Amino acid sequence: MVGKELTLCAAAEGLRQKAFSSVELTQSVLDAIRERDGALNAYLSVDETGALQQAAAADAARAAGCDGDLLGIPLALKDAINVAGQPCSCASKMLVDMIAPYDATVSARLREAGAVFAGRTNMDEFAMGASTEGSAFKITRNPHDHARVSGGSSGGSAAAVAGGMAIAALGTDTGGSIRQPAAFCGCVGLKPSYGRVSRYGIAACASSMDQAGPMTRTVEDAALLLQVLAGVDPHDGTTLDAPVPDYRAALRGGVAGMRIGLPREYDTDDTDPEVTACVRRTVDACAVAGAEIVELSLPHTKYAVAAYTILAAAEASANLARFDGVRYGRRAAKPESVFDLYAQSRAEGFGPEVKRRIILGTYVLGSGRYDVYYGRAQRVRTLIRRDFDEAFKRCDVLFTPVVPTVAYKIGKACDDPLKMYQSEMFTVPASLAGICGLSMPCGRTASGLPVGLQILGPALGECAVLRAGQAVEEEVGA
Amino acid sequence: MSQKIDVAEVAEQARIALTPEEKDTFQRQLESILSYAERIGELGLDGVEPTLHGNPRVNVLRDDVVVPSVGRDCFLSNAPERNDAEIRLPKIVEDA
Repeated sequence: MVGKELTLCAAAEGLRQKAFSSVELTQSVLDAIRERDGALNAYLSVDETGALQQAAAADAARAAGCDGDLLGIPLALKDAINVAGQPCSCASKMLVDMIAPYDATVSARLREAGAVFAGRTNMDEFAMGASTEGSAFKITRNPHDHARVSGGSSGGSAAAVAGGMAIAALGTDTGGSIRQPAAFCGCVGLKPSYGRVSRYGIAACASSMDQAGPMTRTVEDAALLLQVLAGVDPHDGTTLDAPVPDYRAALRGGVAGMRIGLPREYDTDDTDPEVTACVRRTVDACAVAGAEIVELSLPHTKYAVAAYTILAAAEASANLARFDGVRYGRRAAKPESVFDLYAQSRAEGFGPEVKRRIILGTYVLGSGRYDVYYGRAQRVRTLIRRDFDEAFKRCDVLFTPVVPTVAYKIGKACDDPLKMYQSEMFTVPASLAGICGLSMPCGRTASGLPVGLQILGPALGECAVLRAGQAVEEEVGA
Repeated sequence: MSQKIDVAEVAEQARIALTPEEKDTFQRQLESILSYAERIGELGLDGVEPTLHGNPRVNVLRDDVVVPSVGRDCFLSNAPERNDAEIRLPKIVEDA
């Protein structure tokens, strides 16, 4: 039933029309996971019993007259998002036995809407990485070519959706961790504007940039999920107290009359020509459909990865200081001193990329270096924000590639972290600026690998981004 | 822009024990990452205000009211070791 085609909207309609029950739908997802995940490694854990109980409860609620777009829909959640009573390991040995004591706000909202929590998806440890090779447990493979990475850090969610093992999923995005795996696996991923979705109950990576968002098969599905996730939360003081618009209504309208900006700094020689060709073809199709194409400049783009690397490491080092072997998480077996309790527990619990970022973050925040690195990076962040502010005076949305390449071979990027950071050059500027971005398929290479289009909009500009994405889906047929 | 990072020293500040191999690898990788990051030194930043957060909200307040919280047992269930209602720790007072 679930297959690779069933959309969230179609599943909701099927439940409404009683074409199938939530128990049947959920069982089909669980069957697909059993059948396919041995090859893909998208899931870290699957809660078959709990999911079927929740599905039965959803069916009973529907029989009693309840309705809702997510009532009885099984979903996959990245393993950084707390669901009370379920594991939440962040793909780290540090949290291998962790059971979430409470629901994240996004989980509570999904629960309230009647969604079913089917399983927990793999990720780079503590959401640090861009290939899901950084999971302490297993490498998630790309459904289109099992020798290639799924992207990351939300690679498990992307592979589950693209591989027909989830109807829709949630990921988190700090510097591109929803958008890049969506591009590599050929699904839709939306990073909401900073503050649009609550971070409460989600493991913190870099708190000033983290956002959770939908990973789906269609733009409309992403709109439907965002509708439930978005909104102010008293538990997260950084959520925005702005009205939540009707995102599905915003899908109508097409691109005719929209102004699509093309930033020239995103047209680089290093970009795979097949990626460039797919994005260009999409832009051309939108022009034919009546969009106005505006070439413009985001002049500080080349400083974005440098600033992001400093800020993300600094925030991560502060956030991960809580793991000390005392209250929860891994504790070293026989520490000989307090120092040893901390240092050994952290040595045993964290993997290489997490250690690297904590050390880098500790360094850039250190006495005498704070102004040179952290303070400067925050000022560069202002310049990048201003670039976008200026750009959005001249256009409604920006079209760019998501990544300069398609999904690469497993093992290729492992030894060169700087190269991995640089591969996020098209996604980190939006994270620094706190604006929203949609990643969606816009074609395939000759060898059949998906290519992603990134549609960026201003802060709280999700409606424009979704409208443009819907038009691309319909008119380009990607 | 600055002196070279000393990974062994910073790792100690960050309370992470490293193997000799990790020290070497991180030293090499972090030197290269920092040398790349130093390109932000090219920019004139006088008078540019820092951006601290993804959006401009400041001073978010709430009413000072008691709300129910997750129970003690639930939180303690993730402790590495516990006595009844307490987290158990190894001896932390060090000999002089």
